[in-house]
Amino acid sequence: MQDKDREHTEKLFTSTRRAAGGSRDVDASDPIIGEEALGRAGAEPSDAFGSPVGPLTGVGMIATEAALQPPSLSSPTRRRVQESVIGAVLFLATGVSVLTTLGIIGVLLYEASSFFRHVALGEFLFGTRWAPLLVPQSFGVLPLLAGSFLVAVGAAIVALPIGLASAIYLSEYAPARVRGILKPVLEVLAGVPTVVYGFFALTFITPILQRFWPDTQVFNAMSASIVVGIMIIPVVASLSEDAMNAVPRALREGAYALGATKLEVSLRTVLPAALSGVVASFILAMSRAIGETMIVAIAAGATPNLTANPMESVQTMTAYIVQVSMGELSFGSVEYQTIFAVGLTLFVITLVMNVLSIFILRRFREVYE
Amino acid sequence: MISPQQRRERFSPRQKQRGRAAMALQALFLAATLVGVVSLAVLFVDILITGVGHISWDFINSFPSRFAERAGIKSGLSGSLWLLGLTAAFSFPLGIATAIWLEEYAPRGWAMRTIQANIANLAAVPSIVYGILGLAVFVRWFNLGQSVLAGAMTLTLLILPVIIISSQEAIRSVPSSIRLASYALGATRWQTVSRQVLPMALPGIMTGTILALSRAIGETAPLIIVGALAYMPFTPSGPLDEFTALPIQIFNWVSRPQPEFHVLAAAGILVLMAVLMTFNLFAIMLRNRFSKRL
Repeated sequence: MQDKDREHTEKLFTSTRRAAGGSRDVDASDPIIGEEALGRAGAEPSDAFGSPVGPLTGVGMIATEAALQPPSLSSPTRRRVQESVIGAVLFLATGVSVLTTLGIIGVLLYEASSFFRHVALGEFLFGTRWAPLLVPQSFGVLPLLAGSFLVAVGAAIVALPIGLASAIYLSEYAPARVRGILKPVLEVLAGVPTVVYGFFALTFITPILQRFWPDTQVFNAMSASIVVGIMIIPVVASLSEDAMNAVPRALREGAYALGATKLEVSLRTVLPAALSGVVASFILAMSRAIGETMIVAIAAGATPNLTANPMESVQTMTAYIVQVSMGELSFGSVEYQTIFAVGLTLFVITLVMNVLSIFILRRFREVYE
Repeated sequence: MISPQQRRERFSPRQKQRGRAAMALQALFLAATLVGVVSLAVLFVDILITGVGHISWDFINSFPSRFAERAGIKSGLSGSLWLLGLTAAFSFPLGIATAIWLEEYAPRGWAMRTIQANIANLAAVPSIVYGILGLAVFVRWFNLGQSVLAGAMTLTLLILPVIIISSQEAIRSVPSSIRLASYALGATRWQTVSRQVLPMALPGIMTGTILALSRAIGETAPLIIVGALAYMPFTPSGPLDEFTALPIQIFNWVSRPQPEFHVLAAAGILVLMAVLMTFNLFAIMLRNRFSKRL
C-alpha cells in the first residue's frame, strides 16, 4: 500500500508540474485552459485514487498560481536543480551507513591480514594458549573463544527461560494495566549502561556467590554470566512477546473451543505458532551476550583460561581487546594487530548469528491472513 | 448404553489436574517476569546505598585523584558533555537525512533493500567493533589522535543505525494523504518533505534521537578502544584534546581493589543514571506531548 501510494504520488507529481508549466503565462480564469489542465491531470492511469484526486489537483494548481503566486514558486529549472542537489546530499548521508559496514570489514580484514603474516592461521584458530603480552608469546585464540562461550552459555541459562516465561506472561496472561507497567520496566533493563552492570556483578553478585561457594575466585565467569543474562532478558522477552502477539486470536479461540486450558493454549498453540520469532530472539540474545564487553571486563577477569569451570576467572574476546587497549600500545606491532584478529573473529561470529536470526524469522514465519 | 462411569473411563479430561497445572505455571510465569523487575530494583538500591553518601558538590567539581576522599568526576563529566554535544551534532542530521532518503527518495528495489538490511545489521554489531573501527579510521587514518572528536565520531557511527530506524518509523507514520495534498498544491518533493512531513515526524524523530544519545552517554567499551584516558586531571578545551568520560571514570574506579574507590564508582553511577533518567523523561514527555497530534 505504502509503495503503491508513493508510486502514485510520483506520477501525480510529474503531471502536475507539467500542468503548472503549461498554465504559467495565461489567464487561468479562462475556462478552456482550466479544462485542458483538468484533462491532463485526469489522464492519469486511473488506479484506486486516480479519478478523484487527479482533476482536483489540476484545479487546485491553477487557483494557487493565479490567486496567490507564492514566492516559493521559482523557475522550474531552478527548482529542478535544487531538488536534485538535495536528493544527492541525502543520498550521500545514506552512504555513511554503507561506508561504515565496508569500513568495518575492510579495517578488520586489512589489519588482521598483517597479523596473519606473523602468526599462522592454524596456530591462531587451534592453539590452546593465548599469551600475546608475555614472553614467549603465544597466539592460540581458543581460550578466549572458550571464555566468551562459557559466559554466553551461562547467560543463556539465565535469560532464555526467564525471558520466554516473561514473554508468555506479558502476551497471554497479564491484564492490560499490569502489562503497561511491566513492559517498560523490563525495557529499562536494556537501557542500563553496561559499566553499571559490571559494578553490580563485581560488588553484589560475586560476594553472594563466594558466600555459597567459598572457593569462588574474585573474578569468575559465573558472576558475569548471571548479570549478562539479566541484561539480555529484555531482548528475549520483548522480541518473543512481539512474535506471540502476532499470533491471531482465532487460533487461540479454536483451542479454547476444544476445551484447552489457558496454559495449553499458551504452550501448545501460541508458542509453536510463534516459534520462529522466539528462536530468532534467542539467537540475537546470544549474539548480544558474546559481544558484551564491560560486564565481562570488570567481573570475569583477565586470565585467558581454557576451562569449563564457571567459578574460575576467564577472559573473553571482548575483555582481551579492552585489556590490550588500556595498555601502552605501539601502532603496527603484533600486539596491536591482535586487536583486529580477535575483533574479526568476534565480528564474524556475531554477524553469522545476527544473519541467522533474521533468516529464521523470515524463512520459518507462519503467515496468517 | 454406556453408563456415566464408563464414559468417564473412556474419556478423562482430568480437569482438576490440568487446572492446577495451569494455576501453578501462571504463578511461575509471573515470578519469572518479576525476576527482571526485582533485579532492577536490587541493582538500584544497592548502588544508591553504596554511593549516595558520597555525592556532593566537591565530588562533581573535583578532578580524579589517587586519594579517594579528594577524587571527583569533573573531567569525566565534562568529557561526556563534549562527546554528547559533538555526537548529537553529527548523528542528528546524518540520521534524519538517511531516513528521509530511504523513506521519501530511494527507488524501491534491491539496492534499497540491501541498504535497509545493512542498517539493521549494523544495529546489532557489538559496540566494541565500532571502537576498533574508530581506532583504525579516525585515530590513525584521519590522524585525529586519541581526541574527543575521534570519540564522538565513533559514537556517531554506533548510534546512527538506531536513529535512522526510529526516524524512518516516525516518517512512515505521517499519513500519505498529507503528501498527496502537498503535491496537489504544486509543492516539489523537498518542499513536501521539509514543510509537511518533517514537522509532523519531528517529535518521533526527536524521541528516537534522545534515546540513542542516552545510549551513547552510557557507552564505555568503544571509548576505551579509541583511547579515552583513564586518568585526566584537566578538562578538554577543544575537539582535538584528549578526553575521558564518566563511564570510563567509573570503570577505572570499579577496577581498583580498594573498597573506597567502589564507593566513588557507585556515586559516579548515580550521577550517570541521573543524567540518563533526565534524558529518558524528556523523551517520554516529548512523545506524550505530541502523540495526540498525529
